[in-house]
Amino acid sequence: MKISMFHLMPHRELPDDFEERYHSVWVDPPFHELATAERVGDYYNWTLDELMHAADLGFDGICVNEHHQNAYGFMPGPNVMGGALARATRGQDVALVQMGATLPTTNPPIRIAEEYAMLDCISGGRLVAGMPLGTAMDANMGYGITPIEQRERYYEAHDLILKAWESREPFPFNGKYTQLPMVNLWPRPIQQPRPPIWVPGMGSLSTWEFAAEQGHCYCFLSYFGHARGKAVMDSFWEFMESKGKEPNPYRAGFLQLVAVSETDAQAEKDYEKHVKYFFEKCLHIAPEFTPPGHQDYRSLENSMRRMLSEQTSMRDQLSEWSYKDYVDNQFVISGGPASVRDQLENLIKSLRVGNLMLLLQIGSMPHELTMKNIELMATEVLPHIRHHWTDEWENHWWPESLRGGRRMNAEAADIAAVAGGS
Amino acid sequence: MAAVTERETRVWQGKVESRALIAGEGPPLVFFHGAMGLNWDPFLDTLAESFTVYAPEHPGTTPGLPDAIKPIDNLWDLVLSYYEVFDELGLENPAVVGHSFGGMVAAEVAATNPSRVSKLALIDPVGLWRDDAPVKNWMATAPQDLGPLLFADPTGPAAMMMATPPPDPETGIQMALRTTWSLACTGKFVWPIPDKGLKKRLHRITAPTLILWGEQDGLIPPVYAGEFEQAIPNARIALIPGAGHLPQMEQLEQTASAVTGFLGG
Repeated sequence: MKISMFHLMPHRELPDDFEERYHSVWVDPPFHELATAERVGDYYNWTLDELMHAADLGFDGICVNEHHQNAYGFMPGPNVMGGALARATRGQDVALVQMGATLPTTNPPIRIAEEYAMLDCISGGRLVAGMPLGTAMDANMGYGITPIEQRERYYEAHDLILKAWESREPFPFNGKYTQLPMVNLWPRPIQQPRPPIWVPGMGSLSTWEFAAEQGHCYCFLSYFGHARGKAVMDSFWEFMESKGKEPNPYRAGFLQLVAVSETDAQAEKDYEKHVKYFFEKCLHIAPEFTPPGHQDYRSLENSMRRMLSEQTSMRDQLSEWSYKDYVDNQFVISGGPASVRDQLENLIKSLRVGNLMLLLQIGSMPHELTMKNIELMATEVLPHIRHHWTDEWENHWWPESLRGGRRMNAEAADIAAVAGGS
Repeated sequence: MAAVTERETRVWQGKVESRALIAGEGPPLVFFHGAMGLNWDPFLDTLAESFTVYAPEHPGTTPGLPDAIKPIDNLWDLVLSYYEVFDELGLENPAVVGHSFGGMVAAEVAATNPSRVSKLALIDPVGLWRDDAPVKNWMATAPQDLGPLLFADPTGPAAMMMATPPPDPETGIQMALRTTWSLACTGKFVWPIPDKGLKKRLHRITAPTLILWGEQDGLIPPVYAGEFEQAIPNARIALIPGAGHLPQMEQLEQTASAVTGFLGG
């Protein structure tokens, strides 16, 4: 297994009546009513501290991502965070999983080739290069990308970035969306011919086809947990088999919300309000901000038929849910160490996933509690689950120098020991 | 109701297959539909009493041909491809009527090669932009908020007809799919701001032009009627009271008689 901590960098203090008073958490929430730049500075620094803590305590990787005009996640420049983390983790054998810089909204896209190469150089070859398509809210509403062109832009940007990394000679690039007279990238990544590439997705067939053709790792980024994710991942593995791809679990990544405490009862006390905050406020997203054309025709037809067959929307269902519902339905794996271990074991095996990303700072979870969650995860859970798949499969989608287990330095081992004993 | 026939068109080196609906008798009239797709309605029936109406579907919006949008990269391609559609339909310089997005297409076609359009009628067209009266983003508006933008009377019969889903779920899916995909395809030429330089080209139009506007258009405020009138050399305005963005639905008789009167039907 490779187990990373994922961070969204959310607003942690939205008002209690946020979802009644405001139209959407994404695209149009008014900054000046809801936040101050000084407080946001605290959020960014806590986020960096939390990810560095995870690195110190032995997580295999640390993940950041990109969103725009979004109160549940506002790292519009993921590589700004990545730069700070690359430097802060210098000398550690932790991967920087950039999940990542969004291809259709970064122009020209060689900007990503350059910044990822910088991160790979600064980190000593520890980069995982995430290549997201971007949501409609980010790309269409935030950055004005024409919905029906978004996927085509993505494919073209992907090809340009790979060629820029791999080509030994300068080349002209005559694309439909990007034309460049002479591409000659400085710097080049340490990892040759290129860093491993992860493609995040929400279950669309077009993305599976792309990941299979290109040989990239596919990451199912769902906030709805592994029980619901199972149907999607089962179809994913069937699809990979039909394409003649070996069922290497490291071909797949999965995101899961996890909250660990001393006991199941204490977990409910610690995390109940933060879990509810996440689903009620952070996912309060106006559906009209996904304009027509963001989905290709085939996906559109599938989702319209699915919507008809479901009696009520996910959004309506969730408004009624309690903490217990989220836990019982495994949207969140929350409890004492034993419960969390059991459920993660189950997730790993049933989804056949080798690259696991854990969202450990959930919604309004304050800094101290997040640090506790990270510590309990690292000391009480990680050591028991990280052996999976290790002997049977090679993780081709992880920086080559980090494919063995993490060797913790003495200082980090001390912290882990103290944290485990506390 | 006029007998409507379908005619396949294949243009752009054979790569763009589409369809035109044709009905009526009389001088040729091309109708360019709006962003939600072509719907042969009583307005087109009325026009067909005086004209031979040719209503081509924008690329990709014809049922069964969703990929026809792919070879058309931009507005320039779209406009040029429509001259090829005119050629296929045997139309030298027809009268052209366009509604909303189709109004923008009609104006672009009339401005790019003025000799191909004899007379022009624009019904609540998009294509211009004023910061003090922004055009609403119809592709990112919740369905429940569209009524007041589109209709002078959001509870009137025209609005009710549009809001009522068909009883059969499969028909409902097909209709929703068609509308959504039409918005996606036409959106290729207007996202994110429906101002693609038409203001720099309107002066080229030589066709006598009628600018029709629903007085209560909430999607594109009627101030834009004046903008079009000023920029087009030979243009006049007809405001339609009691109508929003769809005057041909909400005030059929007034709208149809204004258009046929102007075009000399």
